[in-house]
Amino acid sequence: MRQRAQGKSPLRRAIDVGLIGSIPALLLALVGMVDAFSNRYLLEESVSTGQVMLAVVALIVGYLAARRISLPAQTVATKIGYGAVAGLMVGLVLALLLFIGEVVGINLRKVLVNASPALYEILAFNQAPAVGMLLLALMGTLLGALGGALFVMPARLRSAIITGITVIILLALLRDIVKLVFQQYEPTTALYRFLFTPNGGLTKIGLLLAFLLPAAADYVWSAGRPTLDRRYHALPDGTQKSVRWVGLAVAFILLLLFPTIFGRFPSEAMNNVILLGIMMGLGLNIVVGFAGMLDLGYVGFFAIGAYTMALLTSPQVGGGMNFWTALPFSLLASMIAGIILGIPVLKMRGDYLAIVTLGFGEIIRVLVLSDALRPWFYGAPGITGVPAPNVGGMLLNNPETLYYLLIAVMGLTLFISLRLRDSRLGRAWMAVREDEDVAEAMGINLVVTKLMAFATGATMAGLGGAIFAAKLGSIVPQTFNLLISVNALAVIIIGGMGSVPGVVVGALLLIGLPEVLREFAEYRLWVYGALLVAMMLFKPEGFWPDEGHRRELTEHDPEETPQAPGPADPPLPPGTVRDRAAVARADIRATHTEDEAGLDE
Amino acid sequence: MTLTERLRRLDVTTVIMWIIGGLLLFFIVLGSIQSILKGTYTPAQWFDFFVFGISQGSIYALIALGYTMVYGILKMINFAHGEVFMMGALTTYFLADEMNRRGVFDDKGALGPTLLSTLFGLIVLFAVAIFISMTVAVLLERVAYRPLRGAPRLVPLITAIGASFFLQYTARGLYGSNNRSYPNVDLLKGTVTFGQFSIQVVQIVVAVTAIAMMIGLYLFVQRTKTGKAILAVAEDKQAAALMGIDVDRTIVITFALGGAMAGVAAILYAIMFRQAHFFMGFIPGIKAFTAAVLGGIGNIPGAMLGGLFLGIFESLGPTLFLDGLGINSPNQLKDVIAFTMLVLILIFRPTGIIGERLSEKKA
Amino acid sequence: MRKRLMLLLMVLMMVLVACGNAVSPETEDAAGTAVSEAGEAADAAADAAAEAADDAEAAVDEAMDDAEEAMDDAEEAVDDAMSGDAMANCEADELGCVTVAPGEAVNIAYALVISGPNEPLGRDSANGVEMAVEAFGELDGHPINIIVGDDGCSPEGGQTVAQRLTADESIVGIIGTSCSSAANTAIPLVTQAGMVMISPSNTAPALTAEDRGDEYAGYLRTAHNDLFQGRVAADFAYNELGARTAATIHDGSIYADSLQQVFADRFAELGGEVVAQEAVNVGDTDMRSVLTNIASNAPEVLYYPVFTAEAGFITSQAKEVSGLEDTILMSADGAFSPDFIKAAGDAAVGMYQSGPYVASADYDAFIEAHVEKYGTVPPSGFHAHAYDATMILLNAVKEVAGMGEDGTLYIPRTALRDAVYATKDYAGLTGTLSCDQNGDCATGEALAIFELTEDVVSDPDNNFPPAAIYQPGTGE
Repeated sequence: MRQRAQGKSPLRRAIDVGLIGSIPALLLALVGMVDAFSNRYLLEESVSTGQVMLAVVALIVGYLAARRISLPAQTVATKIGYGAVAGLMVGLVLALLLFIGEVVGINLRKVLVNASPALYEILAFNQAPAVGMLLLALMGTLLGALGGALFVMPARLRSAIITGITVIILLALLRDIVKLVFQQYEPTTALYRFLFTPNGGLTKIGLLLAFLLPAAADYVWSAGRPTLDRRYHALPDGTQKSVRWVGLAVAFILLLLFPTIFGRFPSEAMNNVILLGIMMGLGLNIVVGFAGMLDLGYVGFFAIGAYTMALLTSPQVGGGMNFWTALPFSLLASMIAGIILGIPVLKMRGDYLAIVTLGFGEIIRVLVLSDALRPWFYGAPGITGVPAPNVGGMLLNNPETLYYLLIAVMGLTLFISLRLRDSRLGRAWMAVREDEDVAEAMGINLVVTKLMAFATGATMAGLGGAIFAAKLGSIVPQTFNLLISVNALAVIIIGGMGSVPGVVVGALLLIGLPEVLREFAEYRLWVYGALLVAMMLFKPEGFWPDEGHRRELTEHDPEETPQAPGPADPPLPPGTVRDRAAVARADIRATHTEDEAGLDE
Repeated sequence: MTLTERLRRLDVTTVIMWIIGGLLLFFIVLGSIQSILKGTYTPAQWFDFFVFGISQGSIYALIALGYTMVYGILKMINFAHGEVFMMGALTTYFLADEMNRRGVFDDKGALGPTLLSTLFGLIVLFAVAIFISMTVAVLLERVAYRPLRGAPRLVPLITAIGASFFLQYTARGLYGSNNRSYPNVDLLKGTVTFGQFSIQVVQIVVAVTAIAMMIGLYLFVQRTKTGKAILAVAEDKQAAALMGIDVDRTIVITFALGGAMAGVAAILYAIMFRQAHFFMGFIPGIKAFTAAVLGGIGNIPGAMLGGLFLGIFESLGPTLFLDGLGINSPNQLKDVIAFTMLVLILIFRPTGIIGERLSEKKA
Repeated sequence: MRKRLMLLLMVLMMVLVACGNAVSPETEDAAGTAVSEAGEAADAAADAAAEAADDAEAAVDEAMDDAEEAMDDAEEAVDDAMSGDAMANCEADELGCVTVAPGEAVNIAYALVISGPNEPLGRDSANGVEMAVEAFGELDGHPINIIVGDDGCSPEGGQTVAQRLTADESIVGIIGTSCSSAANTAIPLVTQAGMVMISPSNTAPALTAEDRGDEYAGYLRTAHNDLFQGRVAADFAYNELGARTAATIHDGSIYADSLQQVFADRFAELGGEVVAQEAVNVGDTDMRSVLTNIASNAPEVLYYPVFTAEAGFITSQAKEVSGLEDTILMSADGAFSPDFIKAAGDAAVGMYQSGPYVASADYDAFIEAHVEKYGTVPPSGFHAHAYDATMILLNAVKEVAGMGEDGTLYIPRTALRDAVYATKDYAGLTGTLSCDQNGDCATGEALAIFELTEDVVSDPDNNFPPAAIYQPGTGE
């Protein structure tokens, strides 16, 4: 591929980059996003964020073209020129769309419902089609050249400019959330009014400030960081430690002040992050990350926890317990379910396990929904009237107070997770993950170890489910669908499999991001899907991979890496599980000739 | 192996699994006997259930082929494969609708006699759907999976899930969220009757086309050079590369073949159920994945068998197993039946009905 | 990278906090002028009103009366009195007051399911809301702005979207939710925030039951309560069609489940026999098995109030199942759309649907405008309900909004809620609507039964809606 590309003239390649880059621009326009964001403005009521999206595409395309094609020896003008050519192509493709739709008059709308007159108007900058096409080409070239210029300039400046641009775009896109946060207090309200026009985007000064301040901060930071780093490392160990402690303390205080600072909706979002992201992620991390068993039916235990809580507490179905008395039953029920599911799947590996657990999750949902079991689970309408959790005499029925309960429970789960990871059991799980046969040979009881993983994971999900039911006050079977399992799985993979802090990062990204993306309304899941792919492409090992296990996770069966021979076993300190396993493996392999496809292979 | 030796090798978990399996089987047999004895349904109706199952199952099977081939070669679950199917069905709708308006599928016959015109129309639809699904599948591989070759196994799974969302909502954005209705093809209406049994023409067409495609694919993989390259890569990528096989190209071909099968499934689905919308790929995707595992993942005949089995269980199961036990709304529980059957089969045959692997050697 | 990420997060947080604390003093000066400029007149008026209200509790009312008299007296006095009046009125409002500065938009919101498998339902209503806002135009010089929320068709979605929307005090009212499950968790929050919410597609009877608690006070709907619709359908089947046996199918959604139950109860009450109550799953395609099950009971009427896709499958496959050839098919407003008729195809000829009694000419114009704006016909059956709900809300806002002399708009929440409840004989797309004290704006009167004739089925895009053949009250 690369060789072929080298053979082409640079101009051809710039055109190619531009054409490929025009696909996202075209998609943005044709899925309706440009139109949908046409009345959300960046600057006063003139530049819409819909247009900005297209502009950003052209900018990136210009940058990429300059980066991929230009050689170090070429002049600045040539490099920028490549960017301009690529940008021009993006403009031309959009102009072509305009041409087909407006000038030729083919009704694309029969198929592409969003190729509407409104879209053409935006693309044509509210001008006549011919003028619009010219403007598009011009803007494309200009933005592409700008992108090229970004490549040419020094890295520090570039990073500063990108930061500035990102901040203003985010501010404009998330205006409504920014408003919610800012309008809680008098001074911040004033700041909001200063930055934003009432119906449109940022004010002129606001735009300038929102661009310059972060850009300057980035610039100064990137200049000062090496010095700071050096100074920090020059400090005596004790001081370093206390600096870290101060950092942690500040973070902790910020965490506690979160509802006060950000207000109701962000607290609600944070609660969802903790409940559906961190707690589910931590539980699943034990099953998948520690013990290496791919479980796609994790939502089943969540559902069991929630339904047990609802059945025991809701007065409408004859339960009269309060949250705290019902909680142990919830945990117990999900733990037992974990063991029951665990038994038949003990012998299954990898993807067989995945599909069977997926089936289990679906079975639970269908059963609670079914008419057949309606006398016990109340079918489709679900159960309402579940009381909120109470602490002392206080009912935690708003996001701000519930937040503290969730933080406490999250702290507990985090602590348990970390302790389990370093415990004898945790080591056994990891041994099982690495190689079941070896683990068994080392005297690990597979049955008990695997069942413990299932039971612990299930209990954590049950805990989450119980709080979930109490938080909502009403539950319906349709909530407990595959997506919850999939999300939890994505959280731990994005975070870095097996890594406990990774779960927190993953949850913030994967559950928090969609909450923020609510502003994108119906394009939320579209953007989410694209981001999920992008994150995995850029950080396949996750955002916070577990240092100790990174080596183990990136190493593969030689079968899977065709281009290069598998990386040699990295040197490991003697005495680690893996080291011992490697020694044992040779013997085991001799007796086990079956080549089983496991998760860890 | 003697019986005593076998008994000695048994451990507790195996015993428990067999007990669970036995219990499930007992209830299934009990339910079946009661349902049949109750005599609510005539033999013709039982036969109907069976036929519905086969036609639904053959569509599952076609989609399952895409899962199974990709799994065989990359060991990854291509979660977005259902959307490949959806893209084929939804995009081709617009062509089908236009053709119908021009009278291609009825006796207004814009293109000569009805039979010829309909045949021509259907072939064009198949070609377009295959092309679209293939393109989507290949692009998917190029953009989302190829850069991750060699990453930990669960990483491409997450990418696939992301791609699945992305494709779904791209389709929604491009084509709108309306439920689109495929034209009713005149020639496919009507039934064929033998004695008291009757089958609809469309079901025969669907089943026959699907099975023909599967046999074709099987022969392609077994007989042609490209097919053998796929087997070789599935077996051992490194060795295949050393033998001069272009691994990347082979993987692309695998995705293309899977996409083509999904394209065929899309049109078969369209002529049978006559609906298309942006969310239509999700459930068939999950079902096809189940079918692939049921038959033995990575195994082409396995996917076919798995699909057919799943279709039949879903169609026949609720009435046969549950109706006799006096359970309300048994059809609501057909997923329970499907997944229970899956567990049951995996308990007794841990690698599916036929077994794992794309290659023959380890089948 | 990890460090950088953390640092970035930390810095972001710091910056936000710093912005809140450090920047505010200087901006207060800068922004202060703007604020004071904007609100100067309002402040002055507020002072005046506050002075008036100083002495006694009734003083506000007095001031109001005085102001009204003054209005009659002289032109000049009108302006002064109006602003003071509107403001005083508004600030005295028990549930709060929304102030819309001159030139600012009036915010309404919708909380509809615009993602996931139920998206067509929400998108359909959202289109109705958007078109209503467009048709309504400006309110005394203030544009109307829609804030978008997604109810996810689930309790957690309902709760989250309600938290999101109620946190924004500038929102006067909400159109939503799409699903009853989301409504259960959203309504208490909306009521607590003093907002009013009108749903275009919640049909569960409990939401507007007579014994619904106070926490439901902020909730109304233009969708047909299942109690009305199920009853009308059963009456029609028993009395008009003369059926004595019936079967029902639901899809596990609350809507279908409760509608078929109401139908079954009423049908049994009239003396008929319900021979089967079956269920399918959302996303099922092959309905022949369930239809064969039902065929073994040979019902005269099959009632399946499910949504477009599943209703399409059931209708087109019902004719293929032996034993159901003579069964009369009936579905409800969840599938009352041209898309459904196309999906069902020829098999739909002769079936009946219950749905809103749409005024044909207006409705046709609406559909035309919809195709113009969105490129397709509406994807589901509740767009007209959403249009009416939005119009009712906006009319009520218009009615209660008081205008300050500088163009500031004052919208008192209690008055708004009362005004929505007081809606009477509103001629909407879905018939004549009057809201009762429990929040039902569409009564049984606004419903009709339609027969899908050859004409409609052969060209649903142009001949939809079909002619109504039965209306409660007239048919009996």
